[in-house]
Amino acid sequence: MVPVIVFAAVSIVTLGAAVAVVTNKNILHSAFYLVLAFVGIASIYVLLEAPFIAVVQVLVYIGAIAILIVFAIMLTRRIMSKDIEQRNAQWIWSALGALILFGVLGWIVYSANWPVVQGAVPDDPIALLGQELLTTYVVPFEIASVLLLAALVGSIVIGREREQDSRSAE
Amino acid sequence: MADLINVIENWLKNLLLGWGAGEPLALFILQALGSVLVIIICFLIVIALIWVERKLAGRIQDRFGPNRAGPYGIFQSFADIIKIFTKEYITPKGADKGLFNIAPVLAMASVLAIWAVFPIAVNVIGADVNVGVLYIVAVGAFGILAILMAGWSSNNRYALLGASRSVAMLISYEIPMVVSLLVPVLLAHSMKLSTIIEAQQPWWYLVVAPLSALIFLISSMAEIGKAPFDLLEAESELVAGYHTEYSGMKFGMFYVAEFLHQYTVGALITIFFLGGWAGPLAVQWPILGVVYFYGKSFLVYLVISWIRLSLPRIRIDEMLNLNWKFLIPVSFINLVAVAIADRIMMDLDLKQWMYVLVMFSLNIFILLVSLYLSGKSKPTVERETFPPRPVAVPPGTESK
Amino acid sequence: MSIPLNWYLVLAAALFSIGIYGVLSRRNAIGILMGIELMLNAVNINLVAFWRFMDPGRLTGQVFALFVFTVAAAEVAVGLALVIAIYRNRDTVVVEEIDLLKE
Repeated sequence: MVPVIVFAAVSIVTLGAAVAVVTNKNILHSAFYLVLAFVGIASIYVLLEAPFIAVVQVLVYIGAIAILIVFAIMLTRRIMSKDIEQRNAQWIWSALGALILFGVLGWIVYSANWPVVQGAVPDDPIALLGQELLTTYVVPFEIASVLLLAALVGSIVIGREREQDSRSAE
Repeated sequence: MADLINVIENWLKNLLLGWGAGEPLALFILQALGSVLVIIICFLIVIALIWVERKLAGRIQDRFGPNRAGPYGIFQSFADIIKIFTKEYITPKGADKGLFNIAPVLAMASVLAIWAVFPIAVNVIGADVNVGVLYIVAVGAFGILAILMAGWSSNNRYALLGASRSVAMLISYEIPMVVSLLVPVLLAHSMKLSTIIEAQQPWWYLVVAPLSALIFLISSMAEIGKAPFDLLEAESELVAGYHTEYSGMKFGMFYVAEFLHQYTVGALITIFFLGGWAGPLAVQWPILGVVYFYGKSFLVYLVISWIRLSLPRIRIDEMLNLNWKFLIPVSFINLVAVAIADRIMMDLDLKQWMYVLVMFSLNIFILLVSLYLSGKSKPTVERETFPPRPVAVPPGTESK
Repeated sequence: MSIPLNWYLVLAAALFSIGIYGVLSRRNAIGILMGIELMLNAVNINLVAFWRFMDPGRLTGQVFALFVFTVAAAEVAVGLALVIAIYRNRDTVVVEEIDLLKE
């Protein structure tokens, strides 16, 4: 009974925060609601007995991504004054589409017959995870590191203020 | 008697079961009691620490420190608490009320949450999760978020400037901190804090990996944002940084969180490099382990205070250079070298003291070489010197 | 009583739909990025849930979730750099006003 109550509470908080992310008028508040949604999702991972993923979720999504987003909002602050319309013209059609999508997905989930197996989580999942990453999945692992490096260099190059730009602005 | 804490726990559990509570409910109540107890002890420690810190600062700076309330001023903190509780809460005009009020709570919570995984004695462990080290690093993210919230919602330029400065610093100093934490993880083959403590039973990691301990100390001093890294609240430039607009107990929470964070860093260094609760008779008498744990953390706290009271504030470019050009490369080289040495010596089947000796000399060698190299490199930017500014003269008297 | 797989999947589907709504209805480029983050998180919930309920002995699901984390981090870094570069040049982050190619 206890896991059900926890699951219900966590999913209500997560979904509520997610709705606030996409509807809130103040884009900075949306970013902080996004953090709340990330915390809720991390708790879902804990319920799924994947503590490593939960902690990495907090570390990457809250420690890096959410802070980056908040920073970007602060740097482009003129856009977040409250009188600017944050929804575009076709928002009602988007809402309808999203609802239909949710209906279809929910129907699929409930009509499908999932081959669920009962099994225990391995004793030391972290050691096993490390082994998998460096044996079976070593090529994707290396590609991911190259991707991160490319993203790092790319974002610095894109985001850098060019010298002639700043001179012409003066 | 030896195992006082577990005796009390069993007695309480039996009492609860006798009252008709189910097994899970009894466990839940006990865990809640335990966490409340840890938090209360944290607050009591902070009350004592504030007095110690002020007295120490006074002695180091050649003055008395608090000496009015009670003998040696030991009741000064209580007077301050009463004062801070009765102060008015001021919310600045145009502030983002919700975020403004959540920020101090989040700052406090992010520090207290770290204590959830600490092994305080051999059998007194909050949550012995197998991702303990990663959890400690992850929870710190909430502290950064709280600073951003406070700086933004205050509707104050100084606060926002202080917040963005501190976030830039916290994020960049997190890298050497995490990388130097990986060395104990690598040596203990686990991220579980209790395993790390057991792995350093005869030889503390301060001896096996002194360089990581040093890098961790420096970068976590930056993480707490105290001098010499206190340019996020440089009074002459930023008033008080991100908590400029806070008053009363809301300011008090930031203040307590800061002190507690410093003590928590002491506890972290104790766990990762000083053997945690280990000490003579700590296994037979877990209550002694508790004393050792808090005592060692307090000693590290004093060392940090000593450093921060002795050094002047560094400039922002020096701060970034120290991090990106010294700490990060050295910590990465150290990690790789320790990993390779550990692997080689695993095959050689050495005696333990030889292993420790090789590791120690390897660390010292890396430290000396990197210090030598960093001393040789010239600063890339020449320091600008400005001509002296003219002295102000009363109007009408200036000479042409 | 433990929680059935369906519940997790429905939660993920709801998150995904909310994310899609955010992507389609926001005018602000950063708001769109936040919608994408929600969608990626929904995918991750599915990956971990399927791992737990179908193949808990091997960690394939967790490994893939980790790759999604990596990609999400890279995506946000590049995306926000683009947003800031556009803001610097065009003084706006409203996607409808970034229509230089149309003119």
